[in-house]
Amino acid sequence: MSEHTARSEDITRESVSFLHMLKLATLAGSSEEKTDLARRRLIQTFAFVLLWLSGIAAVAILLAVVGYVVAQGAKVVNLEFLTTPPAGGLAASDVGGMSTTVVSTVYLVFWTIVIAGPLGVLAAIYLVEYAEEVEGRTGLIPLLVSVVRFAVEILAGVPSIIFGLFGYALFVSAKGLGWSFSLRSAAVTGACLVLPVIIRASEEAIRAVPRSYREGSLALGATKWQTTWKVVLPAAAPGVITGIVLSVGRVISETAVFFVTFGGTVRAPDTVFDLSSPGRSMALHVYYLAMETRAFDKAMGTGAVLIVTIILINLSINVISRRLTARLGGR
Amino acid sequence: MEFEDVKLETAGYSMYYGDFQALRDVDIQIPRNRITAVIGPSGCGKSTFLRTFNRMNDLISGVSVEGDVYIDDQDVFKMDPVELRHCVGMVFQRPNPFPKSIFDNVAYGPRSHGMRDRAELAEIVERSLRDAALWDEVKDDLNKSGLELSGGQQQRLCIARALAVEPDVILMDEPASALDPVATLKIEELIRELKKTYTIVIVTHNMQQAARVSDYTAFFMMDEDNRAGYLVEYGPTGRIFTNPQHEMTERYITGRFG
Repeated sequence: MSEHTARSEDITRESVSFLHMLKLATLAGSSEEKTDLARRRLIQTFAFVLLWLSGIAAVAILLAVVGYVVAQGAKVVNLEFLTTPPAGGLAASDVGGMSTTVVSTVYLVFWTIVIAGPLGVLAAIYLVEYAEEVEGRTGLIPLLVSVVRFAVEILAGVPSIIFGLFGYALFVSAKGLGWSFSLRSAAVTGACLVLPVIIRASEEAIRAVPRSYREGSLALGATKWQTTWKVVLPAAAPGVITGIVLSVGRVISETAVFFVTFGGTVRAPDTVFDLSSPGRSMALHVYYLAMETRAFDKAMGTGAVLIVTIILINLSINVISRRLTARLGGR
Repeated sequence: MEFEDVKLETAGYSMYYGDFQALRDVDIQIPRNRITAVIGPSGCGKSTFLRTFNRMNDLISGVSVEGDVYIDDQDVFKMDPVELRHCVGMVFQRPNPFPKSIFDNVAYGPRSHGMRDRAELAEIVERSLRDAALWDEVKDDLNKSGLELSGGQQQRLCIARALAVEPDVILMDEPASALDPVATLKIEELIRELKKTYTIVIVTHNMQQAARVSDYTAFFMMDEDNRAGYLVEYGPTGRIFTNPQHEMTERYITGRFG
């Protein structure tokens, strides 16, 4: 609507200025028309330069951050740094490498996605495919649906430390569960953190699947669930996977939540199923090194590994979704 | 019109989108193994009427109906819609193959109905593609995405997909309106071929198409006051086009309105 208005305003403005120019041309001859053109050219050049400078500045700031961390980190990162565990203990944790934090991060990412992935995707399917049928009606279920939708919106904007506090209160220290600082406390809290990300990305992807696919499937006598599972979800896969991979990045880079739920010991859980052990993710390791032991060079090294990981993840999103789209679309 | 062998029938059928009446009091009998064309100006409820027979209108919220609709003397509103759509296939206005391979597109219906046997599926896929006159063009790349085909091929793929579930009836909602003339002729040829085995109801905007392919023609109009669609005239296509009983039908088929 507003786009239409804007466009018609544009047209009006253009025709007005065209009339204006015609008038100028007839009244004052072509010299004034030329100055007007020169003035517009000047503004155009000025705007162009401004845009260029903004673009360059943005890229420069970005490159400065990434470049500085990677350059600093490169001084300490080598195979040994990646494969030796940190020495442990507050005073001595500037000795050794970062191997166990990589392992802890992988375990953490695994469980977070195992919990939040299916839950988020199924919730998104519910919101798009099933809940919208009841929208506009009154009663308990429509009310519940609007509450869920509202909650997802709000959760996406809640600062992560709030999730941390919630996880600490509910999983770490509560008398009932009493999971203390552990892989499971961290994974469940992390899942809460990324759930809104996965729901929103999946919701958008599912909603973008053309109605004609659904109609085509239902018209063949497929049930609604078959339609959703076999047609809608595969067509939405690139978007859903993007949401999940983004969540992986979010878990890898998150600090506050895991500071209050994962513990921080340099020892990694023994296996991915060692749910009751605490651990320290890479991002958390950066924090400990920088703030507790003042081992800035190693913090930079860990930070560099972290940044490179995030960059690789983002690149993989592009590759995966392009491949999937190509396979589905045939082009 | 009364028929010996009636496949589809409506009696006093009215349909509403919320408060808006889309169809009023439609009584019609559609004969088995014949092609029945539904013609009429835009907005007269042709598509809505067509979508009655596989209950696709159920998907729209706020729809309500009056009167009865039968398939083989069974009340469609008492049937399970999934079961109904098993016997009543549909081809849409715009080709809508799934973003899957050609094979998977055709196998989708049978698989949904529980068919798992690979050899049998392959047989069904081949037979359906042959019946839809597409086999020779695609037999070497059944793994290619259905979306890679041309518009006309996509529409024939959608027809093959509908045939694969072995329906009795095929509903076609302007199946050639998005296609070029050559592809349109192919589809029409195919439709004539299909009537040996299927009862076909086809909605079309194209008068010549209705005249070329159909055995019977139903002409719908909308009420000037409340825009509700109703059946004006129904009969053998030859008679409708050469000797229409209603002035409105004559004006429409001679292109004086609509």
